[in-house]
Amino acid sequence: MLGSGIINGLIVTAKNFVGSYHDPKRMVTVEYPEQRTVLPENYRNFPFLISENATDPMGTLRCVACQICEKECPPQCIIIEKSKDKKPDASGKPQLYPAVFGIDTSVCMSCQICVEVCPFDAIKMDQVFEIAATDRFHDLFLTREKLAKPNSYYHQIHPTEAAEVDGRLNTERKAAEEKAKAAAAAKAAAAAAKSVPVAGVADPGPASPRPATPIQPASAPAAPATSPVPKPQDEPRSSPAGEGGPANPAS
Amino acid sequence: METVQQLRDRLAARFPAARVELVLNPGVAAEHSLRLDAALGRDIALFLRDDPALRLDYCSNVTGVDWPDKEITDVVKTTVPDPAGGPPKIVEEKSVHVQPGCLEAVYHLYSMSLKHGPVVIRLRTGNRADAVTLPSLTPVWRSCDFQEREIFDLFGIVFAGHPDLRRLLMWDEFKDHPMRKDYVEPDDYEWEPTAHGAVLERAKAHQLAAVAGVVDPGQSSANPPKAAPGSTTPATTAPVKEAKP
Amino acid sequence: MSCSDFNDLDAELTAFGHPGGSSVRAVHDQFHGDLLEVSMGPQHPSTHGVFRMVATLDGEQIVKLKPVFGYLHRNHEKIAENTTYLGSMPYTDRLDYLCSMSTNWAYALAVEKLSGQAVPDRAQYLRIIMAELTRLVNHACLVGFLFNDLGTSFTPLLYAFREREKIIDLFEALSGSRMMCNYQRFGGCRVDPTPEWLAAARTLVENFPRFLDEYERMLTGNEIMLARTQGIGRLDPAHAVNAGLTGPVLRASGVDYDLRKVDGYGFYPRFDFRVPLGAQGDTYDRYMLRILEMRESVKILVQAFRDLPGGPIMDPKAKLRSFRPKAGEAYGRLEGPKGELGFYLISDGTPNPYRYRVRPPSLINLTLLEEMCLGHTIADAVVILGSIDIVLGEVDR
Ligand code: SF4
Ligand code: SF4
Repeated sequence: MLGSGIINGLIVTAKNFVGSYHDPKRMVTVEYPEQRTVLPENYRNFPFLISENATDPMGTLRCVACQICEKECPPQCIIIEKSKDKKPDASGKPQLYPAVFGIDTSVCMSCQICVEVCPFDAIKMDQVFEIAATDRFHDLFLTREKLAKPNSYYHQIHPTEAAEVDGRLNTERKAAEEKAKAAAAAKAAAAAAKSVPVAGVADPGPASPRPATPIQPASAPAAPATSPVPKPQDEPRSSPAGEGGPANPAS
Repeated sequence: METVQQLRDRLAARFPAARVELVLNPGVAAEHSLRLDAALGRDIALFLRDDPALRLDYCSNVTGVDWPDKEITDVVKTTVPDPAGGPPKIVEEKSVHVQPGCLEAVYHLYSMSLKHGPVVIRLRTGNRADAVTLPSLTPVWRSCDFQEREIFDLFGIVFAGHPDLRRLLMWDEFKDHPMRKDYVEPDDYEWEPTAHGAVLERAKAHQLAAVAGVVDPGQSSANPPKAAPGSTTPATTAPVKEAKP
Repeated sequence: MSCSDFNDLDAELTAFGHPGGSSVRAVHDQFHGDLLEVSMGPQHPSTHGVFRMVATLDGEQIVKLKPVFGYLHRNHEKIAENTTYLGSMPYTDRLDYLCSMSTNWAYALAVEKLSGQAVPDRAQYLRIIMAELTRLVNHACLVGFLFNDLGTSFTPLLYAFREREKIIDLFEALSGSRMMCNYQRFGGCRVDPTPEWLAAARTLVENFPRFLDEYERMLTGNEIMLARTQGIGRLDPAHAVNAGLTGPVLRASGVDYDLRKVDGYGFYPRFDFRVPLGAQGDTYDRYMLRILEMRESVKILVQAFRDLPGGPIMDPKAKLRSFRPKAGEAYGRLEGPKGELGFYLISDGTPNPYRYRVRPPSLINLTLLEEMCLGHTIADAVVILGSIDIVLGEVDR
C-alpha cells in the first residue's frame, strides 16, 4: 500500500518518543552542565607535569628537562629550558630540572606522544576540559606552575595507570639503590685492597660530592644537592611507598 | 602476473623507440617501478591498460616527487710517483658535480578485472624550471584528473593534454608550488609562545623584519605598525620568565 | 525570461553583496541559451563541510557542475614531510576525522610495509575490531546525513548518532579521545583493551543489528525516500572503474573490488564475510549497500571477538622514537569506510619521510560527481553528493 512505508516509520518514531518517558535507557542525552557523564579513565586532554610533593611542587618536579618531549611533540608546542644547577630527585640523585616548561594548549592536539616518549614518567595527560579562556596567549599557555600537579592527583584521575607507573618506578629506584650500594661496596673493597683513595673519580652519582663551593639552586627551596639528606620528603602515596632507602646508601 | 623485469622486456620489445628503465626499490617492500620515456608515456599507458594479460584498468594513486639538484662530491685518487724517487704520493682530487634535479610523476596501477597489481610507472621531467611538461594520462585513466591537477598545483608539473588543468587546492592567483623541497614559506608567521629550534630562527628573522618595517621611512607615521603579539614580545626564547627568589 | 532580465538579475545580485563573486549569476551559453550559475558552498550545510560546487542550471536542470576544493587545505603532506614518522600519526586522525582508527591503520600499514615491521596477532585482531567499528560509525553517520540531505531533517540523523555515540564512547574509553584516537602504532596498538571494554563492545555489536532493523523499518520502505533516490545519480561500472572510484560507491555499481578480499591485508583472510554489490549504481543502491556492509561488519566483529587471542599488542622490536626505515618506498592501502585509502611513502633513511602522500578516497570519488549530477536538479545533486560520502578533512588535506 502506498504510504505504508511512511506509516511504519512513524510507528518507530512514536515508539521511541513514548518509550523515552518510561524507559530511562532510551533517554540518551544528559543536561550538561547540571548533569555530567563519568569520564573514562583513559580520557586525555592536555598534559600536566607530575610533582612528587604537593607542598613543594616546583622543587619536586619529576621532569629532568631531557627535552625529549619537546623534540617529539608534533606541533612543537612544548618549550623547555634546562636549569643551570641540579636538584636531587626522588631517589636523591642530582638531576637537572626545567627552569622553563611551557605548553601552549591552544596548539597542543592532545596526542599523548609526549607522554609516550617521556622516559621518566614525568608528564601525563590531564582530564580538565573546561578551559575556555579569553586570552589565547596567557590563559592557554600553561607554565610549569600551572602544569605541576601532585602524584596523588595522577592517582585520582588515572588510578590503574598511576599504580602501574608507581610500581615500576619503585622497582627501578630500588634496583638503582641496590646497584649503587653494590658499587659503593665494591669500591670500598677496592680501596681497602689498594689502600689508595679513589673517592669521586668516576662516579658522578651521589657518591661524589659537588665541588667545595656548591652552587645554591636559586629557586630550589629543597635541600641543596650536597646535603647528606637529599631526599625530598614525600607526601603519603596511595601506592606502596618504597622509594629511597632508610639512609642514602652511597654516601 | 609477470614480474616487472619481464614487463620491462616486453615493453622494450613492443616500443623499441622508447626508453624503459627499471627502477629498483632498495627497501623492504621491493615494489620496483618502471621509468617510462615521457614522449611515449601515453602510448605505453594505453598499452598497459588494454593489454589482455595486464588489463591495468585502475590507476589508484598519482603523485609527484620533487628531486632537487644534488651536489655530489667525487673523489678521484691518483698515485703520483715522486720525481725525487721517494714513495709515490696519493693525491686526492675532489670535484663537485651537480646532479640535475627533476620532477617526477608516479602512477600506481592495478587491475580491477584481473585483481593484480601494483605496477608502478614513473615519468620524469627534463628539469625543474622550464622543461616541466609531461603527457597527461587523464585521457587513459580518468582517475588521474584531480590528482594531476593537484600535482600541477603543488609541484608544478604541466600535464599536456589534461582537459582542465587548473590549480586544485591553492587559489588560482597563487604563484609558487608548495610541495617542492625548496619552497619558501611566506613570512606570515604567527607568534607562538613556544618557539624553539628552527621555528625560533624564523621567528627572529620575522621580528627583525618587523622592526625594520617600523624604521622604514616609507611607512606612513600616521599608521603605526600593528601591535601584534609577536612584535611586542622581544624575547621569544623564554616568554614566561619565572620569578626566582 | 529574456536575456536582459538575466542581466538585470545579475546586476541586482552583484549590487546585493559580493562584488567579485556573486553566488548566483547569469551566464550565456551558445548551445543552451541563457543559464544560471549557482555557487553552492563553501558554507552550505549540504556540502558536508567547506566544499563548493559551481552548478550551471538550465531551468532547474544541472548542465554543468564544477567542484572547487581547497578551503580546508593545510598541506598535510608537507607537514608530514617535516616531522617524524611517529609525529604524523596524530595528524592522520585529522584527515578523515570520522574514521581516525582506520586512517591510523592505513598509515601504520604503509610504514610497516616500508620498514618490514611485524605486528603481533592480538594487535591484528584489535585493528580489525577498530576498523570495523569505524565502518559502523562512518556508515551510520553517512546514512543519517543522507536523510538529512533528503530533507528529513534530523530524526534519522539523531537515530544514527545515538548508535555512533555508543561506539565513540568505546573509542574514548580505550584510546582517550572520541574522534582523534591516535591508536595505532608501527608494530601494534597503543592500549590493550580491558575485559570490561571487550564485554561492552561485544554487547554493543550484538545489539547493533537491532538498531539496523529499526532504522530500516523507519526508512527503507519510505515512499518519499524511494522516489528521491531510485534512478538518481546512476553510475555505470566501466566509468566508475576508469575514474578510480573505490569503496561502497564503486561496489554499488556492481564492481566486485574490496581490498579486504583482494589484498587480504591484516588478518582479513581469516574472516568469513561477504562483499555486498549493487545492481543499478543509483543513490538507493549506495544507501542499501551501506546498510548491508554494516551487517557484514557486525559479522566480522562477532568473529573477531570470538577469536581474539591473548598476547602482546606491540612487537617487541618496534621502536617508538628514532624510527628510521631503510631507504626505499612503499605504497600501503586498505579498504577504508570511504574507499581505498592509501599512503605512499619514500624514505631516504632519515627520521622524516622524504615523500609522504595520502591517496584520499573522498577526493577521487568526486571525480564523477558532474557526470552523476547532469540532468538532475540541485536538490538531487545534494543527495548524490551525500551518497558519495566525503569528508573535507580528507578531500583538501
Ligand atoms: S599531547 Fe601531543 S601536542 Fe600536546 S604537548 Fe604532548 S606531544 Fe605536544
Ligand atoms: S617531561 Fe619527560 S621527556 Fe619531557 S623533558 Fe621532562 S623528563 Fe624529558
